[in-house]
Amino acid sequence: MTRVLDVCDLRVSFPTADGSRLHPVDGVSFSLDRGETLALVGESGCGKSLTSLALLRLVPPPGRVDPGSGIRLGDTDVLALEGEALRRIRGRRIGMIFQDPMTSLNPVFTVGAQIAEGVRAHFPVSKSEARERALRLLQEVGIPDPSARLDAYPHQLSGGMRQRVMIAIALSAEPDILVADEPTTALDVTVQAQILEVLDQLRRSRGMAVLLITHDLGIVAGRADRVAVMYAGQIVEEAATPDLFARPSHPYTQGLFASVPRITGPVRRLTPIRGTVPPPVAWPAGCRFRPRCPQAFEQCELPPGLRPVGSGHSMRCWLAEESS
Amino acid sequence: MTAAAEALRQLFGTPRGRAGASFLAFLVLLALVGPLLLPDPFRQFDLIELANAPPSADHPFGTDQLSRDVLSRVVSGARVSLAVAAIAVALSVTLGAGVGLVAGYWGGAVDATLMRLVDGALAVPRLFLLLLVLAVPERVPLLALILLIGTTGWFATSRLVRAEVLRLREETFVHAAEALGASRRRIIFRHLLVNAAGPLLVAATLGVGDVILLEAGLSFLGLGVQPPTPSWGGMILDARPVLETAPWVGIFPGIAITLTVLATNLVGDALSDALDPRGA
Repeated sequence: MTRVLDVCDLRVSFPTADGSRLHPVDGVSFSLDRGETLALVGESGCGKSLTSLALLRLVPPPGRVDPGSGIRLGDTDVLALEGEALRRIRGRRIGMIFQDPMTSLNPVFTVGAQIAEGVRAHFPVSKSEARERALRLLQEVGIPDPSARLDAYPHQLSGGMRQRVMIAIALSAEPDILVADEPTTALDVTVQAQILEVLDQLRRSRGMAVLLITHDLGIVAGRADRVAVMYAGQIVEEAATPDLFARPSHPYTQGLFASVPRITGPVRRLTPIRGTVPPPVAWPAGCRFRPRCPQAFEQCELPPGLRPVGSGHSMRCWLAEESS
Repeated sequence: MTAAAEALRQLFGTPRGRAGASFLAFLVLLALVGPLLLPDPFRQFDLIELANAPPSADHPFGTDQLSRDVLSRVVSGARVSLAVAAIAVALSVTLGAGVGLVAGYWGGAVDATLMRLVDGALAVPRLFLLLLVLAVPERVPLLALILLIGTTGWFATSRLVRAEVLRLREETFVHAAEALGASRRRIIFRHLLVNAAGPLLVAATLGVGDVILLEAGLSFLGLGVQPPTPSWGGMILDARPVLETAPWVGIFPGIAITLTVLATNLVGDALSDALDPRGA
């Protein structure tokens, strides 16, 4: 297995009015191998999108990636790059797909021109060659009648088609890693499945690694090799997908599963997780899930670390001690 | 380009837009070919017999005190007015777009400095500023007049462009372009400027009307286009002493100013409706 991405103790911070700094992403570590899909799962505001933006150093100012964080793409230290060198890895090493295909495309240019733009940003090819590649990319993402679509404007395409175009744009620079930030949230359920299938096919045919960011456990089930569950800026549980679904260990993960209706098995009452995700200013000391956790005890006032609960399965909870 | 064709179709889709655009097109055509068909605007036909002659078959708009053909002079005046307006507005739009892009894209201290300077410049009435400068030298060449009008007309445009850029910079497609490794130049010119082109075009169109009015006002005060070059404002100035006996000398250039400014405003209005995505 070739390691293509290594994120180590990533902390993203924003200054506050009183001079201190908030850390919406607080010590996140994960890695990606070639051809692998890792799902980053969490509710809105848990820091998952900010984590993905940090990978390309696109954290909006005045936010910043704190010193001591590590992001390595193969043997490139992303945090040491500046200017032109940084621009070269964007798109080329990591391609990104955003949540809303309705606003991710520039409304005044044809989709062909926008895909060709990605090609020409990274490869020294002629305009006609870039157009050729754009056509092949549209074919690859399964757009019917691609040569006609090349000259279409974004508003002439449906949401599913636009998301396919976004994938084609992300592929235009032939990245090793594709980051898909809630790629199907804005789409119909039937279209969701199609888009996920396209992503999976591309992963297999190109050997890309995929970082799938989502709040939907249903999406994760069939698509991801591993899952990392985020809560309040930290990864609270990480495991191989079958393992996580068979044995969710962190009380938060268990709560997520308990709040999803099941089609099979006996009919039972859904148990939601009490309360809401607190904003970064209100994160409690110690375990951040403690105020909402049904199993909290005294020790939870101290911050737990990530501990193994099985092979390749770890969680950030004091209960891990008892089970192991 | 399909998008431009679509905008044109919408522009001509409303009665206002159709009327304004048709009149402006007619005026431009007239300014280009009219002088070839009409008598020389400088020619003095007959100072004794034909001074201040009323409209007739030979001189449809009559003649002025120097027995020059008023129609010829109105048409030549259109040439001057349109040329001054086109060049001055092009200059204003370029300066305004440049400053607005820089302020909006870089933000922070750059933005604050530029916008405070613009606030200051906007506090000075444009006409007084121009009067102050134009009143000093004996004679102002036409090019200098154009440059002065152009360089004092971009303040509001820069604010408009800055506001558009601030909005567009937060659009997902701009973030997507950054994530794709687009260069800064590409982001600024392709993603920000092109998407701000709509409001900029509307501002430019309305600016043409403003400049025509401003140039006519300055020429009327004797500080704009200098005689004997025909200009609408200058013609009204010349007509002042004979307004009661030979009103045609002043009425026709007055009508020309009114219709032209009205037409640019109609087109500007229609464009702003056509380019507003909410109205579509």
